[in-house]
Amino acid sequence: MNRSDYHIKSYCRIRDGKISKDGELLFSDASEEFPAFIKAAYKHFETDYSKFFKMDNLSKLAFMGAEVLLRGNDEENTALILSNRASSLDTDRKHQAAISNPKGGFASPAVFVYTLPNICMGEISIRHKLYSENSFFIFAEFNPHLLSNYTNDLLETGKAKEVLCGWVDYDKEKYDAFLYVIGKKGLLAHNTEGLTKLYRTK
Amino acid sequence: MNNVYLSHNNIVSAYGFDSASAIDSIKDEVSGLSLVDDSSILPNPFYSSLITQDSLSEAFQKLDPKEAYTRLEQILLVSLSDTIKKSGLELTDRVGLILSTTKGNIDVLETKNPFDESRAYLAELGQKIEDFFGFKNEALVLSNACVSGVLALAVAKRLIRQKRYDHVFVVAGDLVSEFILSGFNSFQALSEAPCKPYCKTRSGINIGEVGCSILVTKDDNNLVDESVRLIGEASCNDANHISGPSRTGEGLYRSIVSAMNQAKIDADAIDYISAHGTATLFNDEMEAIAFNRANLQDVPLNSLKGYFGHTLGASGLLETIIGMHSLYSNTLYASLGFDKLGVSQPLNIIKETTSKESSIFLKTASGFGGCNTAAIFQKVNS
Repeated sequence: MNRSDYHIKSYCRIRDGKISKDGELLFSDASEEFPAFIKAAYKHFETDYSKFFKMDNLSKLAFMGAEVLLRGNDEENTALILSNRASSLDTDRKHQAAISNPKGGFASPAVFVYTLPNICMGEISIRHKLYSENSFFIFAEFNPHLLSNYTNDLLETGKAKEVLCGWVDYDKEKYDAFLYVIGKKGLLAHNTEGLTKLYRTK
Repeated sequence: MNNVYLSHNNIVSAYGFDSASAIDSIKDEVSGLSLVDDSSILPNPFYSSLITQDSLSEAFQKLDPKEAYTRLEQILLVSLSDTIKKSGLELTDRVGLILSTTKGNIDVLETKNPFDESRAYLAELGQKIEDFFGFKNEALVLSNACVSGVLALAVAKRLIRQKRYDHVFVVAGDLVSEFILSGFNSFQALSEAPCKPYCKTRSGINIGEVGCSILVTKDDNNLVDESVRLIGEASCNDANHISGPSRTGEGLYRSIVSAMNQAKIDADAIDYISAHGTATLFNDEMEAIAFNRANLQDVPLNSLKGYFGHTLGASGLLETIIGMHSLYSNTLYASLGFDKLGVSQPLNIIKETTSKESSIFLKTASGFGGCNTAAIFQKVNS
């Protein structure tokens, strides 16, 4: 049971070479590999942000989801509550491979900084000038119950006016993002059953 | 709004296996940092505070484990078992578990590590802890860089306020690993000497390790002498840079102001600040600016990094526990390593351990990704 006075304003799905918003397909690309796909998406949405290309895969995924949802959204107090399964393991493995290189490894600060899952929220905050709450949770799978409880508390206590919430996972070349904005008014009621259904809809 | 309290607590550190061991040493201004020469972690000797493996194994065997656990899991289990036991709480479906960590079992990625790489998944680490004690709810793992430990207390409060739980055990821990040290070394952030937060002659951070745990509860009938009420918290991003702190201290300043508003107090109500103080030039300077903007420049302040080094995702919880003991004993602990102010704005650094009647303290933390958290605690018993 999860009652709430809040609504899902908008939601975005990124997986299997497709990006959709509110159930409508906005972009698809046949590239099998994530870097090519996300680069094509960057161009398709006419994103103008050169720092995008230095980001790691997880941040690129989260960044594009936020781009789709927050472009045109002028609520400055939008908190970020994201979650995933693999944390930053994709980049962690790269950092570990670099330092354990038998020929004499060395760490790169440009890689090391991305060995934290919350960096993707930092990237979104910079892009959209959000001086707001950030929390990154790790779950075995998408957990709308906890995210809803936490979101409702931030909204009820006035810590945030809106919340960008959801799931953003990148692991072993597989990617899956389901992000949504919760606010006072919107498309759908904010409840865990609805979120679970939207997440499972292909 | 319901009161939320911090109660039973434990610290597993270089000082020993309970909070008292750490507090006693800090009171005597004894650092837990020592020179470590272990080329499997870093080619050059480095200063760190490490938990002794032999003592840890001994303490862990007393828990009668039925399978093999990683070093970090042992640390977390030893700490949490003490806190759960002392609380006497039954782990019903009204009791939650939050694990706060920056890197978890990251050492299993090393080829020499005997554990499977799957152990690096943080949800698996959470599940190990949850299963060991038989928690009825899934462990929530919070991984928010260096603010994780203090943010976890805010998360616990928020979930209690949402009536999801009546009690939450928060456990935090991070290891000193090759992974972490090589990374900070690549930023040229590691000091070759014991760190000196806010000091003119500071030269960077030391990395240390701890495991610590605490009971967060809405009940006032299961408190301890050092218990505090969490009266305000906030977490604001700098929206400025992913690895460099804001030059205006924006996120930290906003966090402090928002936490004070929630606590309904002004700057002059704060008796003590337990700051982040990593002893890097940019961090310490950013904090000095933020504290001055919040009109807190005269409040006695310390960094505890000179005792433990920077213990990453655990640091915020560790330093909150020490702050609780500091309030209870009306003692302000010296900011170890400090000699002469080395930031551009005034700060009231605690030079020597002194007695002071105190009832409210502010804990702050800042980390990569531009994250900042401030939390305000008020003494319950006096």
